[in-house]
Parts: sequence; structure tokens; C-alpha cells
Amino acid sequence: MSQTNDAFTKAVPVEGDSAVSVRNVSKNYGPVEALKNLSLEFPRGQLTSLLGPSGCGKTTLLKIIAGLLEPTSGEIEIDGKIITSPGPDRAFVFQDFALLPWASVIRNVAFGLELRGVAKSEREAIAEKYIKNVGLSGFEKAYPHELSGGMRQRVGLARALSVDAQVLLLDEPFSAVDEQNRRKFQEDMLELVRQENKTFIFVTHSIEEAVYVSDQIAILLPRPSRVSEIIRPQSFRGTGIENIRRSPEYLDIVDEIWASLRNYVE
Amino acid sequence: MNRSLALKLLSAAIVFGAWEIAGRVPVSYAFPTFLESMHALVVMTFDGSIFTAYAETLKPLVIGVAISAFFGIIIGLWVGLSSRFEWLFSPIFVVMQAAPLAALIPILVMAYGIGLTSKVFVVCIMAMPVIVLNTASAVRNTPASIKDMGKSFMATDRDIILKIIIPAASPVIFSGLRLGISAGFIGAILSELKITPTGVGDIITYSRSIADYPSMYAAIFSIIVLAVLFLNLLERTENYLFEGNNRGYVSD
Repeated sequence: MSQTNDAFTKAVPVEGDSAVSVRNVSKNYGPVEALKNLSLEFPRGQLTSLLGPSGCGKTTLLKIIAGLLEPTSGEIEIDGKIITSPGPDRAFVFQDFALLPWASVIRNVAFGLELRGVAKSEREAIAEKYIKNVGLSGFEKAYPHELSGGMRQRVGLARALSVDAQVLLLDEPFSAVDEQNRRKFQEDMLELVRQENKTFIFVTHSIEEAVYVSDQIAILLPRPSRVSEIIRPQSFRGTGIENIRRSPEYLDIVDEIWASLRNYVE
Repeated sequence: MNRSLALKLLSAAIVFGAWEIAGRVPVSYAFPTFLESMHALVVMTFDGSIFTAYAETLKPLVIGVAISAFFGIIIGLWVGLSSRFEWLFSPIFVVMQAAPLAALIPILVMAYGIGLTSKVFVVCIMAMPVIVLNTASAVRNTPASIKDMGKSFMATDRDIILKIIIPAASPVIFSGLRLGISAGFIGAILSELKITPTGVGDIITYSRSIADYPSMYAAIFSIIVLAVLFLNLLERTENYLFEGNNRGYVSD
């Protein structure tokens, strides 16, 4: 992995240690080019944010990696294997939570395992563990409509964690959650990335959120969609969550990203 | 719970009270009071004639409703899942729903005679379109994100239909069933009035011809009670099967 003292390294392919590689991916919707010849590496065990103005194709890219959309051309490689459909190596967290309203919290969390044919007692034991992990103990029998927005997304997160996939795909997971819950989620994300040896791909439109949680930030620009920059914050990771927002590097990166994005906001 | 029961009893008391008053005024010579009608109903219950009548009426009703519910939901699922199938089937049910049924009955009688077959057809024509069309639109309106969720967690097409689309569509499917079954009740009585007078239709026709209006209204009342009881049972089944879909607005 090439590292420089400069926080703003250029997009160079990282050989060997990337969990997910996106190679020359294009996606057209009829005449509209959503993505054009996009390549990106996602280092193993780290959190990479896809950040950009609306319409830059960040959610499209995430859905292609998930196998929910097929690229018009190009390929996605996960652990050396080219993928074309959803697989056990990936789990998805949805912006609108995508919970089953008729199913209790425990059935929702265990739903990924249910689809994989895991026996009921076994999958509920696993689900219970992750419900506890995300702080929802005691709500196993509750239905989604009885939970707040923040709690619903915790259910979505627990469902994704319970299938034990190597790659976690998060599509603006905290955008439908209130500000205080979002801050708590962001702190929990850092803890999660540290604990679990998983690769996180995180789509967001919030610059502060991306800088706060990411090991690597890919800035996507629209028309045609491309990776314009890859930023790796260096100094504030591991200095404690309470110091991140005060770090000069954090503030510089936030300003720098806003300077490059502001022209694209209409 | 008790409050809603009290309100239901109050509403029934108001309706029956108004009926009793209107009968005593009288609104018309041919309009009996509530108590006279109930008396006639008790008499028919004790001499068993109402049970003989229902044994006859329930045949086309149960067969027709069962066919409509079973095939209606299957065709509705199919129409909702495949746009090609929708082009093929949707117009048939739209026409069926819009057609004036009483005008079609002579054609049915010419084709299938005056027996059970024609009556079952009438029940199906009344009940099936709304079941098919509701099911199809419910299936089409399944939120895309929960289908994507299923796919991303590697659901097979069968899993997506059985574990996501059908439960998600169930409130609208059940409301289609409720509408379809009440239409089926109308169809069953209509067929007994228009094709051959049997069962409850016979009680209505015969009582009217001999001016025994209390018996006529008792028969009409009993079929309404049966329909209401059946719809309540259906709603309970729905609440039992899909508990979380009940977000507090479905009453018991």
C-alpha cells in the first residue's frame, strides 16, 4: 500500500491487499451514462466512503458491487473472484432500512440467515447476539413500527452483521436518522470497523460524516461519473473519538472536499 | 376493546330501533317492524326451514367463493408479477367487473342451464375480478427496497414471492377478498332470484308472493348477518397470520 505524508494521494491501484476491486465499470440507463469507466480499490479491513454530489452514481456503484445491478461493462472482483450476482461475501444496509413490517425484530435480524436455510434455533441465537451488540436487547419481539428511526437502522445493521459477510455495503445508512442518533452511529461505526475484520463500503452525502468515519474517501464527480480524488486521513485515526472533530487535519480535509464539490451543487 | 364493543352494540341498537320505528309508523304496508321480522326468523329457525334454505344457498356460494379466492389470488399474483400476463388477463377482469351481470344471466343460463353451474358462475363473476385486480396491484406495488433486500441476502425467486411479496401484498389482497366475498354473497342471492328460486332466494320470492313480509325481511337479514360474520372471521385470520401488518388501524 503506497502511503505518503501527503494526505491527498492520487488514485493508484493498491495491489494485493484490496478486498474489492472495481475495474473499468460503466453503467448506462438508455442514453444516460450513470458511470463511465470507473476503477477503484477497497482495502481489506478498512472503511471506504463514496462521497459526491447527488447524481454522481455512488448508489449505482454500490448496487453494482452488491450484485443488484449489472454493469454495462467492466467487472467487480471480490477476493480474487469476479462476481455478477449477490453472494454470501456481501451484506447490504439500506437507506430506508428495508425491514419487513410484518416480522418481529428477531425475525428481521435473522432473515438473512433464514434465506440461507439456517435452522430456526441456530439463527435466532445468532440474531440475539447481534441484537445485543447493536444495543436493542429487550426489543426482540417488537415490530418495526414500534421502533424509532435510529432503532430501525440498528435492526438493519444487525441483520447485515448476522450473516457474517466479509464486505459490508452501507447505502446512506444514517441519512434517515436524526442528528443525535447519527453521531452515536458514527462513533459505533468506528468501533465496529476496529472490532470486526470486515471491509466497509459506505455511501454518504455528508462530508463531515465521510471524513469522520473513513480510512479512505473516494470523491466521485458526476457527468460523466468518475473518481476524482482519493483521500486518506492520516493523523487523527486512533487518537480517540472525542479528538477527531478538533483535529486540524479533519478540518482541512472537510474544507478541501467542500472546495472541490461546491461547483457541482446546483 | 370494551368501548369498541359498546359502540358496536350502540350502533346496532340505533339501526334496529330506527327499523322498529319505521315499521310501526308504517313507512309502507310491505315494511314489517324489526320485532316481527325477528319473530319470523325464530319461527323459521325452529321449523328448520332456514337451515334447509341455507344448505341450498351455501352450495353455489361456498364453491364460487372458494374458486374465486383460490384462482383469483393465483391469477392476481401472476398478473402482478409478469407484464405479459397482465396484457393477456387484465382486460378480461376489467370487463367482468364492469359488465351488468343481470343482463349476462340469460346467456349463462343458455350455456350452462339452470343448475348449480350457472349459479357458481354468477358468484365467480361477482367475486373474482376485485380479488384478481387487488392482488395484482398489491403485488406490483411491493416496495422495491425490500425486494432488493431479499436479493442482496441471496433469496431465490421463490423466497422473494413467498416471504416478501405475498406478506407485503397481504393487506390489499385481504381487502380484495373482503370486497370479493361480499360481492359473492350478492351474486349468490342474485342467482337465486334470477335463475331458479332455491334456498334463501326462494324464501324471499315466495314470502313476497304471499305477502309474508316479515319472513322475507328475516331471510334478507339472515344473509347480511352471515356475510358480516364471515368478513369478521376473515379479518381475524388476517390479523393472526400477519400480525405486524396490523399497525393499530385495523379494528377487530
